[in-house]
Amino acid sequence: MGLQQIWFVIVAVLFLGFFVLEGFDFGVGMVMAWLGRIGKGDNETHRRAVLNTIGPVWDGNEVWLITAGGAMFAAFPHWYATVFSTLYLPLLVILLSMIARVVAIEWRGKIDDPKWRRWCDIGIAAGSWLPAILWGVAFAVLVNGLPVGPDKNVADLAVSDVLNPYTLLGGLATCSLFLFHGAVFLALKSGGAVRSDAVGLARTLCVPATVLVAAFGVWTQLAHGKSWTWAVLAIAVVAQLAAVAAARAAREGWAFLATTIVVAAAVTLLFGSLYPNLVPSTIDPAYDLTIYNGSSSPYTLKVMTWAAAIFTPIVLIYQGWTYWVFRKRVFAESIPTSVGLPLRRVP
Amino acid sequence: MDALDVSRWQFGTTTVYHFILVPLTIGLAPLIAAMQTAWIVTGNPAWYRLTRFFGKLFLINFALGVATGIVQEFQFGMNWSEYSRFVGDIFGAPLAFEGLIAFFFESTFLGLWIFGWTRLPRLVHLACIWIVAFAVNASAFFIIAANSFMQHPVGAKYNPETGRAELVDFVALLTNNTAIWAFLHAVAGAFLTAGVFVAAVSAWLMVRSHKRPDESAEARSMYRPATIAGSLVALVAAGGLFFTGDFQGKLMFVQQPMKMASAESLCHTETDPDFSILTVGTHNNCDSVTHLIEVPYVLPFLAESRFSGVTLEGVNDLQQSYEQKFGPGDYRPNLFVTYWAFRAMIGLLLVPVAFALAALWLTRRGRIPDQRWFSRFALITLPTPFLANSAGWIFTEMGRQPWVVVPNPTGDQLVRMTVQEGVSGHSAGMVVLSLSIFTLLYGALGVIWFWLLRRYVVEGPLEHDSEPVPPRAPDDEDVAPLSFAY
Repeated sequence: MGLQQIWFVIVAVLFLGFFVLEGFDFGVGMVMAWLGRIGKGDNETHRRAVLNTIGPVWDGNEVWLITAGGAMFAAFPHWYATVFSTLYLPLLVILLSMIARVVAIEWRGKIDDPKWRRWCDIGIAAGSWLPAILWGVAFAVLVNGLPVGPDKNVADLAVSDVLNPYTLLGGLATCSLFLFHGAVFLALKSGGAVRSDAVGLARTLCVPATVLVAAFGVWTQLAHGKSWTWAVLAIAVVAQLAAVAAARAAREGWAFLATTIVVAAAVTLLFGSLYPNLVPSTIDPAYDLTIYNGSSSPYTLKVMTWAAAIFTPIVLIYQGWTYWVFRKRVFAESIPTSVGLPLRRVP
Repeated sequence: MDALDVSRWQFGTTTVYHFILVPLTIGLAPLIAAMQTAWIVTGNPAWYRLTRFFGKLFLINFALGVATGIVQEFQFGMNWSEYSRFVGDIFGAPLAFEGLIAFFFESTFLGLWIFGWTRLPRLVHLACIWIVAFAVNASAFFIIAANSFMQHPVGAKYNPETGRAELVDFVALLTNNTAIWAFLHAVAGAFLTAGVFVAAVSAWLMVRSHKRPDESAEARSMYRPATIAGSLVALVAAGGLFFTGDFQGKLMFVQQPMKMASAESLCHTETDPDFSILTVGTHNNCDSVTHLIEVPYVLPFLAESRFSGVTLEGVNDLQQSYEQKFGPGDYRPNLFVTYWAFRAMIGLLLVPVAFALAALWLTRRGRIPDQRWFSRFALITLPTPFLANSAGWIFTEMGRQPWVVVPNPTGDQLVRMTVQEGVSGHSAGMVVLSLSIFTLLYGALGVIWFWLLRRYVVEGPLEHDSEPVPPRAPDDEDVAPLSFAY
């Protein structure tokens, strides 16, 4: 396998890590306000219990995206330049919502005031819903292709290149998949009333998630798939059915393993359908941006391969250890009282 | 305004904003690690409370630093796609390294530190914050190595077949002398920022404690040691800034003569020019500048460590030679900004140094100062390192205009690019839209950031953080209360 193939796989793996890990972060962020409301106990404590299932890890999960962006830049500069300058507005919305989410999560508990918390909850919700939908749209756009011209640039981008039934279905599919993945994760990571609420939510989400993911998977396979990606699609479908069965039986560990496989298979299907293109041209296949005409020099790829080979296992080990350290279930009862300051100073 | 101007404004705005937050993170992480170490080594609960107090301020700041950093990772591709194509081969590598080697470490281990107070053995928990402290500095190294490539490209050659710059020597890229001195200078600036932050906040609380009899014990056990420690860090950092700045300046005279000529408003090539302190005139017309206050011998020393016999090239002469080398064009940066940003950066250093010396004098031999002017001085000093950091980066970045990759006088002359060539082909309206949204959002978040920090500083170290030692919950207990929850 050449270095260009290796780097295509590495970028795919980085996005896979991002979607598996941030997938449940987005899911937890999306259902946080909702679960607080259906909870029988104290609304606020339930929300905090939900949020704190991802408390120690969400920031590290987000770095997978930053590193994926850096890896695209270093290994396939043309890909990085073309995609991010073309999908300018979706990326702008993703960035703004991720900014809102970071500060909302970190600052939420700093001030003990209902209005303050409501604004933070809005930030967390926006920062979870919008990227969950828009990343699906963006990847569907990539697989579908863009009007790439001979200079590797996109000159005339039509709205229909970005927003069409296929890409919108992609957005709904990722959104529902992350919701389901997040609900299953939450059921695995929480205890007591929060857990039973999460199990109920996962059961509710079974059908819409399965239908949307299957529809998007089949469409992708039929329109863009290779012969070997049929196997990936089959794995996704089997894993999704297993997840549904496990979620219904309240076997969270198995359900989470299964949704992880579904997310991984979905990313594999998308990247597999793309390969060896980076951005297919809808104008003329001769203008396709591929791993061969879009990559860095062999020397850069070699240096980067060494770095990735040394550091990726280390990252996996200590991130895995972090999950092990915080493996215990979070109960609403284990949430300490708020230590935030009141909005105004008490004299 | 066209897309180029708006894109430059956008990159400038978002970067300056990011770098208001970053130096505090880079400098404060090691200081907090040192405080926690002091607590574990001495068992003195005052250091525990200081760790918790500054730890809270650190996290408030860290959140916004991360949030604004995400944008930077993608802005190259969004607004500077032609630049990204041209140098991606070289510029992308340190960025990817930064993610892989620094960002993963800092985000993961900061999570462990925040939530691990009663989950991890004490020394493991201490190691977490030290890893964060090293990782934030490592990330600074990689991103400054990337930036230094733009200032002084090394380890690269132009490939005429692809029309792109290609990496030929990664070690040369990381050991770029510009990168090493810029990194040391930026880290010294970050330590100055954090040292001043700790010293000024503690000094302010110390003076306030006189009005509150119940805080007198804290003043002696916490605020005074923290003020002294912060002042010492600030003084050492100021010394470091002086030396690293001098080395960096000497490199710049060789590598980017136009930047230094503009910094001095030196129009014509002169032997032993005087160092200018104050000038008037329409600064973007070099010849209209009147030098009011000048000091001899300084500039030759800054350039070549000699007091005389140094010939420095002027802006007009450099302009002519660049036109001959690179074709017609205006190769002069904004003279007004480079001139004044350079002076602001240096001049603002005087305030923290004066404050640190005053603080050390007023706290001599166990004294607890109660002077009102001292507490006001502390508040005035607080913003100065932030302003100096911004001024320094504005000087560095605007001094390399019109280049985005400055041609290296001793390197491959074809590895060069002007900002005009590097910008994406967007309509001005689209970039204006993103610039306005970023400015508004950052403005609002900046106000909240300042308000939160102020709120937490005014509150001081809290009562519930006065636990001498956090109790370690037994691991098998099912519903153990968390020591921290968002």
